[in-house]
Amino acid sequence: MRELIGKPAPDGPDLALTIAIWGGAALVAGSFLALLGDLLWHGAARVSWDFLVMAPEHAGKTGGIGPILASTVAILAVALLAALPLGLATAIWLSNFTRGGSLLARQVNLSLDVLAGVPSIVFGLFGNAFFSVVLGMGFSIAAGGLTLACMILPIFIRSVESGLSAVPDEWRRGAAALGLSQAAALRHILLPAAAPAISAGMMLGIGRALAETAALIFTSGYVDRMPESLLDSGRALAVHIYDLSMNVTGGDQAAYASALVLIVLLLAINSVAQTLTGRFLARRISQP
Amino acid sequence: MTPSLSTASATADTFTLGPLQNGPACCIPTPILSIENLSLHYGDKPALAEVSLDIYRGCITALIGPSGCGKTSFLSALNRLSDLIPGCRVGGRIRFGDADIHDPAIDLQGLRRKIGMIFQKPNPFPLSIRRNLEMPLREHGVDRQDELDEKIRQALTDVGLWDEVHDRLDAPALGLSGGQQQRLCIARAIVLEPEVLLMDEPCSALDPLSSAVVEALIQRLRGRYTVVIVTHNLAQARRIANYAAFFWMREKVGKLVEFGRCQQLFDMPRDDLTAAYIAGISG
Amino acid sequence: MISSPNNISSRWPADQRLAVSLGLAAALVAAILGLVVAFLSKESWPLLRDIELTRFLTDDGWHPTEQSYGMMPMLTATLAASFGALLLAAPLGLASALFCRFYAPPALARSYRRMLGLLAGIPSVVFGFWGLTVLVPLIARWEPPGASLLAAVLILALMVLPTVALTSDTALGAVPANWLHGAAALGLSRRGMLFGVAIPAARRGIFAGILLAAARALGETMAVLMVAGNVVQSPSSLFDPVRTMTANIALEMAYATGDHRASLFVTGLLLTALVLLLVLGTLRNTGEHGHA
Repeated sequence: MRELIGKPAPDGPDLALTIAIWGGAALVAGSFLALLGDLLWHGAARVSWDFLVMAPEHAGKTGGIGPILASTVAILAVALLAALPLGLATAIWLSNFTRGGSLLARQVNLSLDVLAGVPSIVFGLFGNAFFSVVLGMGFSIAAGGLTLACMILPIFIRSVESGLSAVPDEWRRGAAALGLSQAAALRHILLPAAAPAISAGMMLGIGRALAETAALIFTSGYVDRMPESLLDSGRALAVHIYDLSMNVTGGDQAAYASALVLIVLLLAINSVAQTLTGRFLARRISQP
Repeated sequence: MTPSLSTASATADTFTLGPLQNGPACCIPTPILSIENLSLHYGDKPALAEVSLDIYRGCITALIGPSGCGKTSFLSALNRLSDLIPGCRVGGRIRFGDADIHDPAIDLQGLRRKIGMIFQKPNPFPLSIRRNLEMPLREHGVDRQDELDEKIRQALTDVGLWDEVHDRLDAPALGLSGGQQQRLCIARAIVLEPEVLLMDEPCSALDPLSSAVVEALIQRLRGRYTVVIVTHNLAQARRIANYAAFFWMREKVGKLVEFGRCQQLFDMPRDDLTAAYIAGISG
Repeated sequence: MISSPNNISSRWPADQRLAVSLGLAAALVAAILGLVVAFLSKESWPLLRDIELTRFLTDDGWHPTEQSYGMMPMLTATLAASFGALLLAAPLGLASALFCRFYAPPALARSYRRMLGLLAGIPSVVFGFWGLTVLVPLIARWEPPGASLLAAVLILALMVLPTVALTSDTALGAVPANWLHGAAALGLSRRGMLFGVAIPAARRGIFAGILLAAARALGETMAVLMVAGNVVQSPSSLFDPVRTMTANIALEMAYATGDHRASLFVTGLLLTALVLLLVLGTLRNTGEHGHA
């Protein structure tokens, strides 16, 4: 399509537009690189193995982020453990069992679309009222993880759903024509074929959960000790960055280093998701 | 109680896959599928109306006619694969042996096992060659490994694929050529020991050479299986079929115009439309 | 011998059981939205029962411990920050999308798209932190105190820009190539082709992207909380520090009790309602899933 209009026309307005568009793109790219460069520049000096494993001291100004990483992983694990089975089941149901578009299917779709847009602070309020108070979990890793599970369900379900609906219909028909049950078709053909999309959706969900702060402040809390159970409060990495930069004078160094760790984790997860999606689009179906 | 799907299979069992048979194989036609006043709608749009005919055991019945006149819809009504299409409604009655296939209590998976289907585009699963046959067998309750191996070997031999693939059974099925894939799909259907095979233009997506191999295979299936085949290739229909049914669009609805012995339909068509269609295509 | 039909039929109900259990999971997911709304309402109720709804807008100032619940300054700040961010992000995002589709060489377009994807995934707390350590001091040098509506607008703009850009990029990619060919055949200039054919044809998708970006900006908490200064006042200039509704929840939830706590849940309900309207607007616009 570019070739089609690739020849820059000589007249003034066209040239101005070209300059404006390249300028806009450069501005966006420049801001992105400035942000990334700043984190790298200030954060790289502090990041070391010790930083990753040591406990924070002096409210995080010195020491490391060991317990914080542990809490982050625990919160993430709770979120995935709750969201993956529920999300997988819902996505399968939406893509394979509701072709007519029942009332429940419309309800589920509406719920997912709205949940995807609900502000994270509102999830925080909900998580606090429901998981922490009503279910009596208090400020805990379990409450935080379950709140995050509600948040990542929409994005995960939509990826799995699109993965399943991209599986060629001829395999569905082939399986039905052989008298296979839906369960057998799912287990042997549809789910393996959609596996890359399922993993990509999982990665997107992890990315979203790792980045989350507002929903966790009032659910999993601030405590920066090593958690001993899922009912202990635990401070996530994103919350740690917030606390260091807002509530701890002189915490900027450690905040930079923590932010760098978080960004590197997210970039790695994003690359995995991209690769998986790319592989899925290329229809390289896994062989058992 | 599930209505019995077992038709008089004693006769079917006595057939073996013998040499190529020429001419009509069935002197006394006994219907295995009886279609009465079949109609089919996609939403509010009628696609097929007032179709009545019998499919005879052990014979090859060819469905011919222009594109979009409901032949494929007809075929997918016979194993109720039309159930998968949202908004598709089927009217009329289809009897398979003693059973009405629209009986709500029918064992649908058993029905589809007994009425196998081959699609226009070969659709082997993204599994190994062996697993393509083994997985459906296991799902239908065959568990013993020696029994599985034997059935797989027999099916692959029947479709003439054994010699070509016996040393790479664990290779991906999608790595086979188009013609081999289609023969694998036929093997996958017959490994379940069906009585009827529905084929939707099984040769049209293949190159001429593979097409000839698959056509020869279909002829060899005559007798042991009842074959219903949709084809746009009139010469092919004439070569392989015992019976032919000619479909045509009337007022935007597919109708059955003429049904009869293949030879009679091609040489002495009763209907002017049939005559014009055959003449128009062939000359 | 393959098992008899009766034997096979015993497998059939398995599919119905599967459908029922999957349907139950789906119902549970559908119930989450109901739960969220129910709990926000339940926690808001003690306050909503006692005072007039309009008081949230007309009360003089936000002094929840003294039964004064005027949210107007924070509502103004929220709307001003989001609107300002969109004013910047919409043209820049559209320019980025046009750049990807029509200006950049394919390899550059791919990298640029990838960069937009990464930008969309950067946590809001990192944006906030960067704004706090880099942007706020810069603004302070120009016009103290630095932490201000302007800082919030700039950071929010950068955050929601990828949403506009990626959605518009997809919408522009869906414009049939032969329409553009047709425009080229008419001898239109590149500007004429973009503004006369490509953008009008993709306008629904672009608009949907802007609505989604608006929803994201309205709901954003951390980044704004960290750079906006958090003074409850109606801004009179771009350099005034302000407090948005989301930031207010984050700041006061830690110690709020009784009616004060309830008032924060009222804020949450209000935010959810705003976002719900935007999401429904987007769905209506794109016709996704066929419901509105």
